[in-house]
Amino acid sequence: MNNNIIECSDVSIYYGPTQAIRNVDITFPKSSVTAFIGPSGCGKSTFLRSLNRMNDLIPNTRVTGEILLDKEDIYSDAIKVDQLRKKVGMVFQKPNPFYKSIYDNIAFAPKYYGKKKKELDEIVESSLRKAALWDEVKDRLHKSAYALSGGQQQRLCIARAIALKPDILLLDEPTASLDPLSTQKIENLVVELKQEYTIIIVTHNLHQAARISDSTAFFYMGNLIEHTETKKMFTKPSQKKTEDYITGRFG
Amino acid sequence: MSKQKWENTLGRTLTLICAAILLITAISITYFIGSKGLATFFKNDVSIGEFLTGTQWNPDGEPGKFGAFPFIFGSFVVTFLAVAIAAPLSIGAAIYMTEIKPRFGKKVLKPVIELLVGIPSVVYGFIGLSVLVPFIRNTFDDTMGFSILAGGIVLSVMIIPTITSLAADALEAVPQDLRNASLALGATRWQTIWRVVLRTALPGILTAMVLGMSRAFGEALAVQMVIGNTTALPTSILDPTNTLTSGITANMGNTIAGTVANNALWSMSLLLLIMSFVFILLIRLIGKKKVM
Ligand SMILES: Nc1ncnc2c1ncn2[C@@H]1O[C@H](COP(=O)(O)OP(=O)(O)OP(=O)(O)O)[C@@H](O)[C@H]1O
Ligand SMILES: [Mg+2]
Repeated sequence: MNNNIIECSDVSIYYGPTQAIRNVDITFPKSSVTAFIGPSGCGKSTFLRSLNRMNDLIPNTRVTGEILLDKEDIYSDAIKVDQLRKKVGMVFQKPNPFYKSIYDNIAFAPKYYGKKKKELDEIVESSLRKAALWDEVKDRLHKSAYALSGGQQQRLCIARAIALKPDILLLDEPTASLDPLSTQKIENLVVELKQEYTIIIVTHNLHQAARISDSTAFFYMGNLIEHTETKKMFTKPSQKKTEDYITGRFG
Repeated sequence: MSKQKWENTLGRTLTLICAAILLITAISITYFIGSKGLATFFKNDVSIGEFLTGTQWNPDGEPGKFGAFPFIFGSFVVTFLAVAIAAPLSIGAAIYMTEIKPRFGKKVLKPVIELLVGIPSVVYGFIGLSVLVPFIRNTFDDTMGFSILAGGIVLSVMIIPTITSLAADALEAVPQDLRNASLALGATRWQTIWRVVLRTALPGILTAMVLGMSRAFGEALAVQMVIGNTTALPTSILDPTNTLTSGITANMGNTIAGTVANNALWSMSLLLLIMSFVFILLIRLIGKKKVM
């Protein structure tokens, strides 16, 4: 019995006729942080989006192979996409709060899963605490989310995603548009959150990958070149391509 | 002076003249309508109270009766009826063409709607007169067909394209990021449309409705053709009535400038002008109020 929460085998992803991901096999253990690295356009986001089926929204995308979440094929007809996305939360590169209050941003999803006011209050507080934002916003929960700074907005988006208590959290370059201090806060958060969630994070910042991830996956031109323990990846990569990339020889 | 500098001065002067002409026109129209419209009350000594609330309209009578309330009431009722019919249909259509079938919406629906905007109102009125009025007459008992209902429907058809295309613009302006955020949180497409897209586009949609309302309120010709033009207060939606605009168009040819009967029509125009200020004000207020 292994403790892999997601198991992908022979996954290929196509945009129309062009193939963006080529026959990828990869597994993600529970309560771990996996970093995706690789040059721009290598397919990191594409692969990440296939894990909660956000790719479905792009016309003419096609996924082949098998992605199992808790042993269940997420592309089978029996899967309800909205239920899947409840289990596999996602945070985007650009913070994207709703034009609502801080409170309503977080209560948004729990509300339509039938949570009552009192429960909602608790969810909002605990999510904001987990996202290390509570102290900064507790006095203005009913003010617009757009009054927050970019870094705060991104932590709000993380809080919003964990309000649903997902099993997995997908982060696509969550700190790409943030200042160093906000970046650090989010990195700490990721390390904190991995107790409860399985986290997959795309990043262009190799130091970031080294700091916060347990394992790192290197993608190159749609291929998964190497996936191994982070420490090993950054000290003794087994592939020449990986070494070239992490030593800055290309990318 | 260098050529560039000279061009600069010339451009500035020309645009200034254009702006000034516009401004002067607006001011003089307002002044003209204002002075004529107010003359009814200050020169001809008609009471403002009677004008706004009286229900008897007979300017040529001895003494003349100047109760314009049936016109005012008719304008409001017909306008609200039109918006009540048009708004749900328009918003539904706008959602369909932006959220459900965007490609079909852009290629087919949008051009069709733009075409509808361009049809002159007399054509709408004519269709109403030859199709709608007989239809209402034959469907319901005790009605001529000329009615509030006919006016409301004709106006709603006229403003549906306006509201639809403006509402569609507002929906399209909602950032894709917000839809993604909602979908990624496990919201269904409908939950996303209701709770994120419509909410975010609300100011734009309200503006679209107010613009539709203002167009309906100010439309004269098409309404006049189907409303019946009676001065009695209507008691049902199937009764004929009158509106400020159709009252003016129907009567202006029969009055002589300077007479109290003529001035009373100017007072109605003044009311229309004030209402259009109110609509503009409303739109401004909506624009200022951010969703959050
Ligand atoms: N919506 C789309 N339609 C068509 N092709 C796409 C689409 N999105 C991405 N692609 C293509 O798929 C390939 C992988 O793109 P992807 O966005 O996954 O790369 P990435 O590794 O996330 O890059 P970056 O680091 O710049 O974010 C690229 O060649 C890209 O051009
Ligand atoms: Mg990407």
